[in-house]
Amino acid sequence: MSTHQLPEHPDFLWHNPEPKSSYDAVIVGGGGHGLATAYFLAKNHGMTNIAVLEKGWLAGGNMARNTTIIRSNYLWDESAAIYEHALKLWEILPEELEYDFLFSQRGVMNLAHTLGDVRESIRRVGANKLNGVDAEWLEPDQVKELCPILNISDNIRYPVMGATYQPRAGIAKHDHVAWAFARKCDELGVDIIQNCEVTGFLKDGNRVVGVKTNRGTINTEKVGLCAAGHSSVLAEMAGFRLPIQSHPLQALVSELHEPVHPTVVMSNHVHVYVSQAHKGELVMGAGVDSYNGYGQRGSFHVIEHQMAAAVELFPIFARAHVLRTWGGIVDTTLDASPIVGLSPVENMFVNCGWGTGGFKGTPAAGLTFAHTIATGTPHKLNKPFALERFETGALIDEHGAAAVAH
Amino acid sequence: MLLISCPNCGSRDETEFHYGGQAHVPYPENPNDLNDREWAEYLFYRANTKGTFAERWVHSTGCRQWFNMLRDTVTYDIQAVYPMGTPRPASAAPAPESGTASLAPDSTTTGTAGPSVSATSSASTTAPKGATK
Ligand SMILES: Cc1cc2nc3c(=O)[nH]c(=O)nc-3n(C[C@H](O)[C@H](O)[C@H](O)COP(=O)(O)OP(=O)(O)OC[C@H]3O[C@@H](n4cnc5c(N)ncnc54)[C@H](O)[C@@H]3O)c2cc1C
Ligand SMILES: [Zn+2]
Repeated sequence: MSTHQLPEHPDFLWHNPEPKSSYDAVIVGGGGHGLATAYFLAKNHGMTNIAVLEKGWLAGGNMARNTTIIRSNYLWDESAAIYEHALKLWEILPEELEYDFLFSQRGVMNLAHTLGDVRESIRRVGANKLNGVDAEWLEPDQVKELCPILNISDNIRYPVMGATYQPRAGIAKHDHVAWAFARKCDELGVDIIQNCEVTGFLKDGNRVVGVKTNRGTINTEKVGLCAAGHSSVLAEMAGFRLPIQSHPLQALVSELHEPVHPTVVMSNHVHVYVSQAHKGELVMGAGVDSYNGYGQRGSFHVIEHQMAAAVELFPIFARAHVLRTWGGIVDTTLDASPIVGLSPVENMFVNCGWGTGGFKGTPAAGLTFAHTIATGTPHKLNKPFALERFETGALIDEHGAAAVAH
Repeated sequence: MLLISCPNCGSRDETEFHYGGQAHVPYPENPNDLNDREWAEYLFYRANTKGTFAERWVHSTGCRQWFNMLRDTVTYDIQAVYPMGTPRPASAAPAPESGTASLAPDSTTTGTAGPSVSATSSASTTAPKGATK
Protein backbone atom coordinates (compact mmCIF):
# COMPACT_ATOMS: atom_id res chain seq x y z
CA MET A 1 0.00 0.00 0.00
CA SER A 2 0.99 3.58 -0.51
CA THR A 3 2.83 4.90 2.49
CA HIS A 4 3.81 8.35 1.34
CA GLN A 5 3.02 11.35 3.49
CA LEU A 6 -0.07 13.49 3.20
CA PRO A 7 0.65 16.76 1.38
CA GLU A 8 1.05 19.95 3.39
CA HIS A 9 -2.26 21.62 4.07
CA PRO A 10 -2.41 24.92 2.16
CA ASP A 11 -3.72 28.10 3.77
CA PHE A 12 -6.66 28.48 1.44
CA LEU A 13 -7.79 26.95 -1.82
CA TRP A 14 -10.72 29.09 -2.88
CA HIS A 15 -12.21 32.50 -2.18
CA ASN A 16 -15.54 32.97 -0.47
CA PRO A 17 -17.27 35.54 -2.70
CA GLU A 18 -20.64 37.14 -2.03
CA PRO A 19 -23.28 35.76 -4.39
CA LYS A 20 -23.82 37.86 -7.51
CA SER A 21 -27.35 38.76 -8.61
CA SER A 22 -27.12 36.59 -11.68
CA TYR A 23 -25.16 33.71 -13.21
CA ASP A 24 -25.27 31.75 -16.46
CA ALA A 25 -25.72 28.58 -14.43
CA VAL A 26 -26.16 27.68 -10.79
CA ILE A 27 -25.17 24.32 -9.33
CA VAL A 28 -27.00 23.39 -6.13
CA GLY A 29 -24.81 21.34 -3.79
CA GLY A 30 -21.12 21.70 -3.00
CA GLY A 31 -20.28 18.03 -2.73
CA GLY A 32 -18.06 16.14 -5.13
CA HIS A 33 -20.63 16.01 -7.90
CA GLY A 34 -21.47 19.72 -7.77
CA LEU A 35 -17.81 20.71 -7.77
CA ALA A 36 -16.86 18.30 -10.56
CA THR A 37 -19.79 19.55 -12.63
CA ALA A 38 -18.72 23.17 -12.16
CA TYR A 39 -15.14 22.29 -13.02
CA PHE A 40 -16.09 20.61 -16.30
CA LEU A 41 -18.58 23.38 -17.17
CA ALA A 42 -15.75 25.87 -16.88
CA LYS A 43 -13.01 23.75 -18.43
CA ASN A 44 -14.85 21.94 -21.25
CA HIS A 45 -17.64 24.37 -22.04
CA GLY A 46 -16.13 27.74 -21.21
CA MET A 47 -18.93 28.52 -18.76
CA THR A 48 -17.16 30.45 -16.02
CA ASN A 49 -19.90 32.84 -14.92
CA ILE A 50 -21.38 30.13 -12.73
CA ALA A 51 -21.79 29.44 -9.02
CA VAL A 52 -21.88 26.42 -6.74
CA LEU A 53 -24.30 27.03 -3.86
CA GLU A 54 -23.75 24.96 -0.73
CA LYS A 55 -26.05 25.23 2.26
CA GLY A 56 -23.38 24.10 4.71
CA TRP A 57 -19.67 23.82 4.20
CA LEU A 58 -17.95 22.47 1.15
CA ALA A 59 -17.97 18.65 1.05
CA GLY A 60 -19.76 18.49 4.41
CA GLY A 61 -22.34 16.08 2.97
CA ASN A 62 -21.65 12.60 1.69
CA MET A 63 -18.50 13.69 -0.10
CA ALA A 64 -16.38 13.63 3.05
CA ARG A 65 -18.43 10.92 4.79
CA ASN A 66 -17.94 8.08 2.33
CA THR A 67 -15.54 5.15 2.54
CA THR A 68 -13.84 6.28 -0.70
CA ILE A 69 -14.04 3.02 -2.64
CA ILE A 70 -13.47 3.50 -6.35
CA ARG A 71 -14.11 0.68 -8.83
CA SER A 72 -15.86 0.11 -12.13
CA ASN A 73 -16.72 -3.60 -12.09
CA TYR A 74 -20.47 -3.16 -12.55
CA LEU A 75 -22.54 -5.75 -14.37
CA TRP A 76 -24.47 -3.92 -17.06
CA ASP A 77 -23.02 -2.22 -20.13
CA GLU A 78 -24.49 1.19 -19.24
CA SER A 79 -22.96 1.13 -15.75
CA ALA A 80 -19.62 -0.31 -16.85
CA ALA A 81 -19.37 2.48 -19.43
CA ILE A 82 -19.92 5.38 -17.05
CA TYR A 83 -18.02 3.95 -14.06
CA GLU A 84 -15.08 2.85 -16.21
CA HIS A 85 -14.97 6.32 -17.75
CA ALA A 86 -14.86 7.66 -14.21
CA LEU A 87 -12.02 5.31 -13.29
CA LYS A 88 -10.00 6.44 -16.32
CA LEU A 89 -10.55 10.04 -15.20
CA TRP A 90 -9.45 9.19 -11.64
CA GLU A 91 -6.22 7.92 -13.19
CA ILE A 92 -5.40 11.29 -14.76
CA LEU A 93 -7.09 13.76 -12.40
CA PRO A 94 -4.32 14.17 -9.81
CA GLU A 95 -2.09 15.51 -12.57
CA GLU A 96 -4.82 17.52 -14.29
CA LEU A 97 -5.96 19.11 -11.02
CA GLU A 98 -2.36 19.44 -9.84
CA TYR A 99 -3.27 17.93 -6.53
CA ASP A 100 -2.16 14.59 -5.17
CA PHE A 101 -5.28 13.29 -3.47
CA LEU A 102 -3.67 9.90 -2.87
CA PHE A 103 -5.58 7.83 -5.38
CA SER A 104 -4.25 4.40 -4.50
CA GLN A 105 -5.00 1.59 -6.96
CA ARG A 106 -4.63 -1.18 -4.44
CA GLY A 107 -7.41 -3.29 -5.94
CA VAL A 108 -10.89 -4.19 -4.73
CA MET A 109 -12.03 -7.69 -3.90
CA ASN A 110 -15.71 -8.68 -3.81
CA LEU A 111 -16.05 -11.88 -1.82
CA ALA A 112 -18.36 -14.75 -2.72
CA HIS A 113 -19.83 -16.79 0.13
CA THR A 114 -22.50 -18.94 -1.52
CA LEU A 115 -22.80 -20.93 -4.70
CA GLY A 116 -25.15 -18.23 -5.96
CA ASP A 117 -22.50 -15.59 -5.22
CA VAL A 118 -19.89 -17.65 -7.06
CA ARG A 119 -22.00 -17.96 -10.17
CA GLU A 120 -22.97 -14.30 -10.19
CA SER A 121 -19.37 -13.26 -9.60
CA ILE A 122 -17.98 -15.33 -12.44
CA ARG A 123 -20.71 -14.02 -14.69
CA ARG A 124 -19.80 -10.46 -13.73
CA VAL A 125 -16.09 -11.07 -14.35
CA GLY A 126 -17.05 -12.21 -17.85
CA ALA A 127 -19.28 -9.20 -18.42
CA ASN A 128 -16.54 -6.87 -17.15
CA LYS A 129 -13.94 -8.32 -19.49
CA LEU A 130 -16.26 -7.89 -22.47
CA ASN A 131 -16.61 -4.24 -21.46
CA GLY A 132 -12.86 -3.69 -21.17
CA VAL A 133 -12.96 -3.54 -17.37
CA ASP A 134 -10.09 -5.34 -15.65
CA ALA A 135 -11.52 -8.23 -13.63
CA GLU A 136 -10.37 -11.59 -12.36
CA TRP A 137 -11.90 -14.49 -10.50
CA LEU A 138 -9.85 -15.60 -7.49
CA GLU A 139 -10.00 -18.98 -5.77
CA PRO A 140 -9.83 -18.92 -1.95
CA ASP A 141 -6.07 -19.56 -1.80
CA GLN A 142 -5.47 -16.66 -4.21
CA VAL A 143 -7.70 -14.52 -2.01
CA LYS A 144 -5.49 -15.42 0.95
CA GLU A 145 -2.34 -14.66 -0.99
CA LEU A 146 -3.56 -11.16 -1.85
CA CYS A 147 -4.97 -10.43 1.59
CA PRO A 148 -3.29 -12.63 4.21
CA ILE A 149 -5.37 -11.35 7.14
CA LEU A 150 -8.60 -12.75 5.64
CA ASN A 151 -9.95 -15.89 7.25
CA ILE A 152 -10.60 -18.35 4.43
CA SER A 153 -11.15 -21.41 6.63
CA ASP A 154 -14.46 -23.16 6.37
CA ASN A 155 -15.25 -23.10 10.07
CA ILE A 156 -17.04 -19.77 9.80
CA ARG A 157 -20.72 -19.18 9.13
CA TYR A 158 -20.20 -18.04 5.54
CA PRO A 159 -16.83 -19.32 4.32
CA VAL A 160 -15.04 -17.44 1.54
CA MET A 161 -15.62 -19.39 -1.68
CA GLY A 162 -13.65 -17.03 -3.88
CA ALA A 163 -13.75 -13.42 -4.99
CA THR A 164 -13.78 -11.11 -7.95
CA TYR A 165 -10.82 -8.78 -8.09
CA GLN A 166 -10.33 -5.50 -9.92
CA PRO A 167 -6.66 -4.52 -9.68
CA ARG A 168 -7.15 -0.94 -10.96
CA ALA A 169 -9.76 -0.18 -8.30
CA GLY A 170 -8.84 1.44 -4.99
CA ILE A 171 -9.38 4.39 -2.67
CA ALA A 172 -8.61 8.13 -2.59
CA LYS A 173 -8.73 10.87 0.00
CA HIS A 174 -12.25 12.21 -0.47
CA ASP A 175 -11.85 15.61 1.19
CA HIS A 176 -8.71 16.29 -0.85
CA VAL A 177 -10.63 15.38 -4.02
CA ALA A 178 -13.23 18.02 -3.16
CA TRP A 179 -10.55 20.60 -2.42
CA ALA A 180 -8.73 19.75 -5.64
CA PHE A 181 -11.85 20.42 -7.69
CA ALA A 182 -12.72 23.51 -5.62
CA ARG A 183 -9.30 25.08 -6.14
CA LYS A 184 -9.45 24.57 -9.90
CA CYS A 185 -13.01 25.88 -10.05
CA ASP A 186 -11.92 28.97 -8.17
CA GLU A 187 -8.95 29.48 -10.52
CA LEU A 188 -11.27 29.22 -13.51
CA GLY A 189 -13.56 31.91 -12.08
CA VAL A 190 -16.35 29.81 -10.60
CA ASP A 191 -17.95 31.28 -7.45
CA ILE A 192 -18.06 28.75 -4.63
CA ILE A 193 -20.59 30.02 -2.10
CA GLN A 194 -20.88 28.23 1.21
CA ASN A 195 -23.61 28.77 3.81
CA CYS A 196 -26.02 29.49 0.98
CA GLU A 197 -29.15 27.38 1.13
CA VAL A 198 -31.49 27.17 -1.82
CA THR A 199 -35.03 27.63 -0.47
CA GLY A 200 -37.06 27.88 -3.67
CA PHE A 201 -37.01 28.48 -7.40
CA LEU A 202 -38.24 31.27 -9.63
CA LYS A 203 -40.08 30.07 -12.68
CA ASP A 204 -41.46 31.66 -15.82
CA GLY A 205 -44.14 29.19 -16.81
CA ASN A 206 -42.35 25.86 -16.73
CA ARG A 207 -38.90 27.39 -17.15
CA VAL A 208 -36.61 28.01 -14.21
CA VAL A 209 -35.21 31.56 -14.17
CA GLY A 210 -33.71 31.86 -10.73
CA VAL A 211 -33.13 30.45 -7.27
CA LYS A 212 -34.18 31.81 -3.92
CA THR A 213 -31.61 31.46 -1.18
CA ASN A 214 -31.10 32.53 2.42
CA ARG A 215 -28.67 35.08 0.96
CA GLY A 216 -31.03 36.57 -1.57
CA THR A 217 -32.44 35.80 -4.97
CA ILE A 218 -30.13 34.83 -7.81
CA ASN A 219 -31.20 34.95 -11.44
CA THR A 220 -29.88 32.23 -13.65
CA GLU A 221 -30.51 30.61 -17.00
CA LYS A 222 -29.78 27.10 -15.89
CA VAL A 223 -29.90 25.09 -12.68
CA GLY A 224 -28.12 21.80 -12.02
CA LEU A 225 -29.20 19.87 -8.94
CA CYS A 226 -26.38 17.95 -7.21
CA ALA A 227 -27.97 17.67 -3.77
CA ALA A 228 -27.59 13.90 -3.12
CA GLY A 229 -29.78 13.04 -0.09
CA HIS A 230 -31.78 16.26 -0.42
CA SER A 231 -32.63 15.87 -4.10
CA SER A 232 -36.29 15.07 -3.43
CA VAL A 233 -36.64 18.16 -1.25
CA LEU A 234 -35.29 20.40 -4.02
CA ALA A 235 -37.35 18.70 -6.72
CA GLU A 236 -40.45 19.30 -4.64
CA MET A 237 -39.57 23.01 -4.40
CA ALA A 238 -39.29 23.04 -8.18
CA GLY A 239 -42.61 21.25 -8.61
CA PHE A 240 -41.70 17.73 -9.67
CA ARG A 241 -41.07 14.35 -8.05
CA LEU A 242 -38.14 11.97 -8.10
CA PRO A 243 -38.26 8.18 -7.55
CA ILE A 244 -35.80 8.45 -4.69
CA GLN A 245 -35.82 7.43 -1.04
CA SER A 246 -33.29 8.98 1.34
CA HIS A 247 -31.70 6.67 3.89
CA PRO A 248 -29.02 6.99 6.53
CA LEU A 249 -25.79 5.19 5.61
CA GLN A 250 -23.18 4.77 8.31
CA ALA A 251 -19.44 4.16 8.37
CA LEU A 252 -16.76 4.00 11.03
CA VAL A 253 -13.02 3.98 11.65
CA SER A 254 -10.75 2.29 14.15
CA GLU A 255 -7.71 3.83 15.79
CA LEU A 256 -4.50 3.93 13.76
CA HIS A 257 -2.74 0.65 13.07
CA GLU A 258 0.38 -0.53 11.30
CA PRO A 259 -0.38 -1.35 7.66
CA VAL A 260 -2.06 -4.76 7.82
CA HIS A 261 -4.64 -4.58 5.06
CA PRO A 262 -3.16 -4.31 1.55
CA THR A 263 -6.30 -4.02 -0.57
CA VAL A 264 -10.04 -3.31 -0.25
CA VAL A 265 -12.35 -6.17 0.69
CA MET A 266 -16.10 -6.06 0.24
CA SER A 267 -18.60 -8.68 1.18
CA ASN A 268 -22.13 -8.20 0.05
CA HIS A 269 -23.32 -11.35 1.69
CA VAL A 270 -22.13 -10.79 5.25
CA HIS A 271 -22.42 -7.04 4.84
CA VAL A 272 -19.17 -5.28 5.41
CA TYR A 273 -16.45 -3.57 3.43
CA VAL A 274 -13.04 -2.70 4.74
CA SER A 275 -9.96 -0.83 3.70
CA GLN A 276 -7.11 0.74 5.61
CA ALA A 277 -6.66 4.46 5.21
CA HIS A 278 -3.26 5.93 4.41
CA LYS A 279 -2.84 7.09 7.99
CA GLY A 280 -3.69 3.64 9.33
CA GLU A 281 -7.34 3.63 10.39
CA LEU A 282 -9.43 0.64 9.39
CA VAL A 283 -12.34 2.12 7.47
CA MET A 284 -15.55 0.13 7.38
CA GLY A 285 -19.07 0.45 6.13
CA ALA A 286 -22.10 -1.71 5.57
CA GLY A 287 -25.67 -1.35 4.35
CA VAL A 288 -28.19 1.46 4.76
CA ASP A 289 -30.56 1.74 7.68
CA SER A 290 -33.92 0.42 6.50
CA TYR A 291 -35.98 3.50 7.32
CA ASN A 292 -36.14 6.81 5.46
CA GLY A 293 -34.02 9.37 7.24
CA TYR A 294 -32.48 12.82 6.90
CA GLY A 295 -30.81 12.78 10.30
CA GLN A 296 -27.21 12.00 9.22
CA ARG A 297 -27.23 9.20 11.77
CA GLY A 298 -28.51 5.65 11.90
CA SER A 299 -29.15 2.85 14.35
CA PHE A 300 -26.39 1.16 16.30
CA HIS A 301 -27.44 -2.39 15.50
CA VAL A 302 -26.37 -1.83 11.91
CA ILE A 303 -22.86 -1.13 13.15
CA GLU A 304 -22.94 -4.09 15.49
CA HIS A 305 -23.89 -6.32 12.58
CA GLN A 306 -21.10 -5.03 10.38
CA MET A 307 -18.56 -5.46 13.21
CA ALA A 308 -19.62 -9.06 13.66
CA ALA A 309 -19.04 -9.69 9.97
CA ALA A 310 -15.71 -7.88 10.00
CA VAL A 311 -14.36 -9.81 12.97
CA GLU A 312 -15.36 -13.12 11.49
CA LEU A 313 -13.64 -12.35 8.20
CA PHE A 314 -10.63 -10.63 9.79
CA PRO A 315 -9.96 -12.26 13.16
CA ILE A 316 -7.17 -9.78 14.00
CA PHE A 317 -9.71 -6.95 14.05
CA ALA A 318 -11.09 -8.36 17.30
CA ARG A 319 -8.43 -6.34 19.12
CA ALA A 320 -9.18 -3.06 17.33
CA HIS A 321 -11.51 -0.38 18.67
CA VAL A 322 -14.21 1.66 17.05
CA LEU A 323 -12.98 5.22 17.27
CA ARG A 324 -15.65 7.15 15.42
CA THR A 325 -18.91 6.41 13.61
CA TRP A 326 -20.97 8.74 11.45
CA GLY A 327 -23.71 8.77 8.89
CA GLY A 328 -24.65 10.43 5.64
CA ILE A 329 -27.94 10.64 3.78
CA VAL A 330 -27.96 8.63 0.60
CA ASP A 331 -30.39 9.03 -2.27
CA THR A 332 -31.36 5.51 -3.29
CA THR A 333 -33.29 4.45 -6.38
CA LEU A 334 -35.10 1.18 -6.91
CA ASP A 335 -32.64 -0.09 -9.51
CA ALA A 336 -29.57 1.08 -7.58
CA SER A 337 -28.50 3.27 -10.49
CA PRO A 338 -28.24 7.06 -10.66
CA ILE A 339 -30.59 9.52 -12.34
CA VAL A 340 -28.78 12.02 -14.55
CA GLY A 341 -30.28 14.26 -17.20
CA LEU A 342 -33.17 16.55 -17.99
CA SER A 343 -36.01 17.19 -15.55
CA PRO A 344 -39.69 18.01 -16.11
CA VAL A 345 -38.79 21.68 -15.54
CA GLU A 346 -37.17 23.46 -18.48
CA ASN A 347 -33.51 24.44 -17.96
CA MET A 348 -33.34 22.48 -14.73
CA PHE A 349 -31.19 19.36 -14.74
CA VAL A 350 -30.87 16.57 -12.20
CA ASN A 351 -27.91 14.52 -11.06
CA CYS A 352 -28.92 12.30 -8.17
CA GLY A 353 -29.73 8.77 -7.13
CA TRP A 354 -26.06 7.82 -6.82
CA GLY A 355 -27.08 6.53 -3.43
CA THR A 356 -24.53 4.48 -1.59
CA GLY A 357 -21.93 4.41 -4.35
CA GLY A 358 -21.49 7.76 -6.05
CA PHE A 359 -18.05 8.80 -4.88
CA LYS A 360 -16.41 6.59 -7.49
CA GLY A 361 -18.62 8.15 -10.16
CA THR A 362 -17.75 11.76 -9.27
CA PRO A 363 -15.53 12.63 -12.27
CA ALA A 364 -17.82 11.03 -14.87
CA ALA A 365 -20.92 12.46 -13.24
CA GLY A 366 -19.34 15.91 -13.42
CA LEU A 367 -18.10 15.52 -16.99
CA THR A 368 -21.36 14.20 -18.43
CA PHE A 369 -23.65 16.40 -16.33
CA ALA A 370 -21.70 19.49 -17.41
CA HIS A 371 -22.28 18.42 -21.01
CA THR A 372 -26.00 18.04 -20.34
CA ILE A 373 -26.28 21.44 -18.65
CA ALA A 374 -24.23 23.24 -21.30
CA THR A 375 -25.93 21.70 -24.33
CA GLY A 376 -29.36 20.89 -22.92
CA THR A 377 -29.00 17.32 -24.17
CA PRO A 378 -27.88 14.03 -22.65
CA HIS A 379 -24.28 12.87 -22.94
CA LYS A 380 -23.98 9.39 -24.44
CA LEU A 381 -22.75 8.03 -21.11
CA ASN A 382 -25.58 9.49 -18.99
CA LYS A 383 -28.39 9.00 -21.53
CA PRO A 384 -29.41 5.54 -20.23
CA PHE A 385 -29.71 7.01 -16.73
CA ALA A 386 -32.47 9.47 -17.63
CA LEU A 387 -35.55 9.82 -15.46
CA GLU A 388 -37.74 8.33 -18.20
CA ARG A 389 -36.39 4.84 -17.58
CA PHE A 390 -38.88 4.40 -14.76
CA GLU A 391 -41.64 4.87 -17.34
CA THR A 392 -40.15 2.91 -20.22
CA GLY A 393 -39.08 0.11 -17.92
CA ALA A 394 -35.48 0.21 -19.15
CA LEU A 395 -34.15 -0.10 -15.62
CA ILE A 396 -30.45 -0.71 -14.98
CA ASP A 397 -30.62 -3.14 -12.10
CA GLU A 398 -27.30 -3.11 -10.31
CA HIS A 399 -28.54 -4.71 -7.10
CA GLY A 400 -26.64 -7.19 -5.01
CA ALA A 401 -27.65 -10.10 -7.19
CA ALA A 402 -24.63 -9.25 -9.27
CA ALA A 403 -22.51 -9.67 -6.15
CA VAL A 404 -21.70 -6.04 -6.78
CA ALA A 405 -22.08 -4.67 -3.33
CA HIS A 406 -23.39 -1.53 -4.87
CA MET B 1 -31.88 1.92 17.54
CA LEU B 2 -35.52 2.99 17.48
CA LEU B 3 -37.82 1.90 20.27
CA ILE B 4 -41.11 1.13 18.57
CA SER B 5 -44.49 0.69 20.29
CA CYS B 6 -46.16 -2.24 18.59
CA PRO B 7 -49.95 -1.75 19.04
CA ASN B 8 -50.19 -5.41 20.06
CA CYS B 9 -46.99 -6.14 21.97
CA GLY B 10 -45.82 -2.85 23.41
CA SER B 11 -42.36 -1.26 23.18
CA ARG B 12 -39.78 -3.37 21.39
CA ASP B 13 -36.40 -2.84 19.76
CA GLU B 14 -36.29 -1.81 16.13
CA THR B 15 -34.51 -5.08 15.28
CA GLU B 16 -37.81 -6.94 15.80
CA PHE B 17 -39.46 -4.97 13.00
CA HIS B 18 -39.22 -4.54 9.28
CA TYR B 19 -39.80 -1.34 7.43
CA GLY B 20 -42.55 -1.06 4.84
CA GLY B 21 -42.04 2.42 3.40
CA GLN B 22 -44.69 5.06 2.78
CA ALA B 23 -48.17 4.33 4.14
CA HIS B 24 -51.50 5.09 2.46
CA VAL B 25 -50.53 4.16 -1.09
CA PRO B 26 -53.65 2.56 -2.51
CA TYR B 27 -53.49 -0.19 -5.09
CA PRO B 28 -54.79 1.23 -8.38
CA GLU B 29 -58.53 0.79 -8.58
CA ASN B 30 -58.48 -0.11 -12.26
CA PRO B 31 -55.00 -1.39 -13.05
CA ASN B 32 -55.92 -2.01 -16.68
CA ASP B 33 -56.63 1.68 -17.20
CA LEU B 34 -53.21 2.93 -16.11
CA ASN B 35 -50.79 4.33 -18.67
CA ASP B 36 -47.02 3.96 -18.36
CA ARG B 37 -46.66 7.23 -16.51
CA GLU B 38 -49.28 6.19 -13.93
CA TRP B 39 -47.67 2.77 -13.50
CA ALA B 40 -44.31 4.44 -12.96
CA GLU B 41 -45.90 6.62 -10.28
CA TYR B 42 -47.44 3.65 -8.55
CA LEU B 43 -44.42 1.37 -8.74
CA PHE B 44 -41.45 3.68 -8.32
CA TYR B 45 -42.48 7.04 -6.92
CA ARG B 46 -42.94 7.44 -3.18
CA ALA B 47 -42.98 10.50 -0.99
CA ASN B 48 -39.53 11.18 0.45
CA THR B 49 -40.62 13.58 3.14
CA LYS B 50 -38.19 15.53 5.27
CA GLY B 51 -40.25 15.88 8.46
CA THR B 52 -43.33 13.99 9.64
CA PHE B 53 -43.78 10.90 7.48
CA ALA B 54 -46.56 8.30 7.52
CA GLU B 55 -44.96 4.90 7.09
CA ARG B 56 -45.63 1.19 7.56
CA TRP B 57 -43.85 -1.24 9.83
CA VAL B 58 -44.38 -4.92 10.52
CA HIS B 59 -43.55 -6.60 13.82
CA SER B 60 -41.89 -9.52 12.05
CA THR B 61 -40.44 -11.35 15.06
CA GLY B 62 -43.40 -10.61 17.32
CA CYS B 63 -47.10 -10.58 16.46
CA ARG B 64 -46.26 -10.33 12.71
CA GLN B 65 -48.89 -7.63 12.26
CA TRP B 66 -48.55 -4.51 10.12
CA PHE B 67 -49.30 -1.07 11.48
CA ASN B 68 -48.74 2.57 10.54
CA MET B 69 -46.57 5.10 12.23
CA LEU B 70 -45.96 8.83 12.04
CA ARG B 71 -42.26 9.48 12.46
CA ASP B 72 -40.12 12.56 12.00
CA THR B 73 -37.46 11.66 9.42
CA VAL B 74 -35.01 14.23 10.81
CA THR B 75 -35.23 13.70 14.56
CA TYR B 76 -36.53 10.11 14.19
CA ASP B 77 -39.11 10.85 16.93
CA ILE B 78 -42.13 8.58 16.70
CA GLN B 79 -45.24 10.76 16.87
CA ALA B 80 -48.10 8.28 16.51
CA VAL B 81 -48.78 4.59 15.97
CA TYR B 82 -52.12 3.68 14.37
CA PRO B 83 -53.76 0.68 12.72
CA MET B 84 -53.62 -0.18 9.05
CA GLY B 85 -56.74 0.95 7.23
CA THR B 86 -57.34 3.99 9.40
CA PRO B 87 -56.61 7.50 8.18
CA ARG B 88 -53.50 9.38 9.11
CA PRO B 89 -54.01 11.17 12.43
CA ALA B 90 -54.56 14.87 11.91
CA SER B 91 -52.05 16.13 14.43
CA ALA B 92 -48.59 14.86 14.99
CA ALA B 93 -49.21 14.32 18.70
CA PRO B 94 -46.65 12.51 20.83
CA ALA B 95 -46.62 8.72 20.53
CA PRO B 96 -49.32 7.00 22.57
CA GLU B 97 -48.28 4.80 25.45
CA SER B 98 -47.69 1.28 24.33
CA GLY B 99 -50.88 -0.74 24.20
CA THR B 100 -53.20 2.22 23.96
CA ALA B 101 -53.28 2.19 20.20
CA SER B 102 -56.31 0.54 18.77
CA LEU B 103 -56.16 -3.21 18.37
CA ALA B 104 -58.42 -3.09 15.36
CA PRO B 105 -57.81 -6.02 13.06
CA ASP B 106 -54.89 -5.55 10.79
CA SER B 107 -55.73 -4.77 7.24
CA THR B 108 -52.98 -4.99 4.73
CA THR B 109 -55.14 -5.66 1.73
CA THR B 110 -58.08 -3.32 2.06
CA GLY B 111 -58.77 0.27 2.84
CA THR B 112 -56.41 3.06 2.02
CA ALA B 113 -53.32 1.28 3.24
CA GLY B 114 -52.22 -0.62 0.20
CA PRO B 115 -50.18 -3.78 0.35
CA SER B 116 -46.51 -3.73 -0.36
CA VAL B 117 -45.70 -3.45 -4.02
CA SER B 118 -42.86 -5.90 -3.62
CA ALA B 119 -44.44 -7.96 -6.36
CA THR B 120 -42.44 -5.80 -8.75
CA SER B 121 -39.67 -8.37 -9.02
CA SER B 122 -36.29 -6.80 -8.42
CA ALA B 123 -37.80 -3.58 -7.22
CA SER B 124 -38.81 -3.26 -3.61
CA THR B 125 -40.37 -0.28 -1.92
CA THR B 126 -38.03 -0.43 0.99
CA ALA B 127 -34.34 0.01 1.27
CA PRO B 128 -32.28 -1.80 -1.29
CA LYS B 129 -30.68 -4.90 0.10
CA GLY B 130 -27.04 -5.48 0.02
CA ALA B 131 -24.07 -3.64 1.25
CA THR B 132 -23.13 -0.43 -0.35
CA LYS B 133 -20.36 1.09 -2.38
C1 LIG C 1 -21.14 6.37 4.89
C2 LIG C 1 -21.04 6.47 3.40
C3 LIG C 1 -20.14 5.67 2.72
C4 LIG C 1 -20.03 5.74 1.33
N1 LIG C 1 -19.05 5.01 0.72
C5 LIG C 1 -18.86 5.14 -0.63
C6 LIG C 1 -17.78 4.45 -1.26
O1 LIG C 1 -16.97 3.75 -0.61
N2 LIG C 1 -17.65 4.56 -2.61
C7 LIG C 1 -18.50 5.32 -3.35
O2 LIG C 1 -18.35 5.36 -4.57
N3 LIG C 1 -19.52 6.02 -2.76
C8 LIG C 1 -19.71 5.95 -1.43
N4 LIG C 1 -20.74 6.65 -0.81
C9 LIG C 1 -21.66 7.45 -1.64
C10 LIG C 1 -21.10 8.81 -2.02
O3 LIG C 1 -20.57 9.46 -0.89
C11 LIG C 1 -22.21 9.67 -2.64
O4 LIG C 1 -22.87 8.97 -3.68
C12 LIG C 1 -21.66 10.98 -3.25
O5 LIG C 1 -20.81 11.62 -2.34
C13 LIG C 1 -22.83 11.89 -3.62
O6 LIG C 1 -22.42 13.03 -4.35
P1 LIG C 1 -21.91 14.37 -3.64
O7 LIG C 1 -20.50 14.20 -3.23
O8 LIG C 1 -22.14 15.47 -4.57
O9 LIG C 1 -22.89 14.46 -2.38
P2 LIG C 1 -22.84 15.42 -1.11
O10 LIG C 1 -21.45 15.62 -0.63
O11 LIG C 1 -23.83 14.91 -0.13
O12 LIG C 1 -23.29 16.80 -1.75
C14 LIG C 1 -24.63 17.29 -1.76
C15 LIG C 1 -24.58 18.66 -1.16
O13 LIG C 1 -25.81 19.34 -1.39
C16 LIG C 1 -25.99 20.23 -0.33
N5 LIG C 1 -27.38 20.68 -0.31
C17 LIG C 1 -28.49 19.93 -0.02
N6 LIG C 1 -29.60 20.72 -0.06
C18 LIG C 1 -29.17 21.97 -0.40
C19 LIG C 1 -29.86 23.21 -0.59
N7 LIG C 1 -31.18 23.34 -0.44
N8 LIG C 1 -29.11 24.31 -0.92
C20 LIG C 1 -27.76 24.22 -1.06
N9 LIG C 1 -27.08 23.05 -0.88
C21 LIG C 1 -27.78 21.95 -0.55
C22 LIG C 1 -25.61 19.40 0.89
O14 LIG C 1 -25.33 20.20 2.01
C23 LIG C 1 -24.40 18.65 0.36
O15 LIG C 1 -23.18 19.27 0.70
C24 LIG C 1 -20.88 6.61 0.58
C25 LIG C 1 -21.80 7.41 1.26
C26 LIG C 1 -21.88 7.37 2.65
C27 LIG C 1 -22.85 8.25 3.36
ZN1 LIG D 1 -46.29 -6.95 17.85
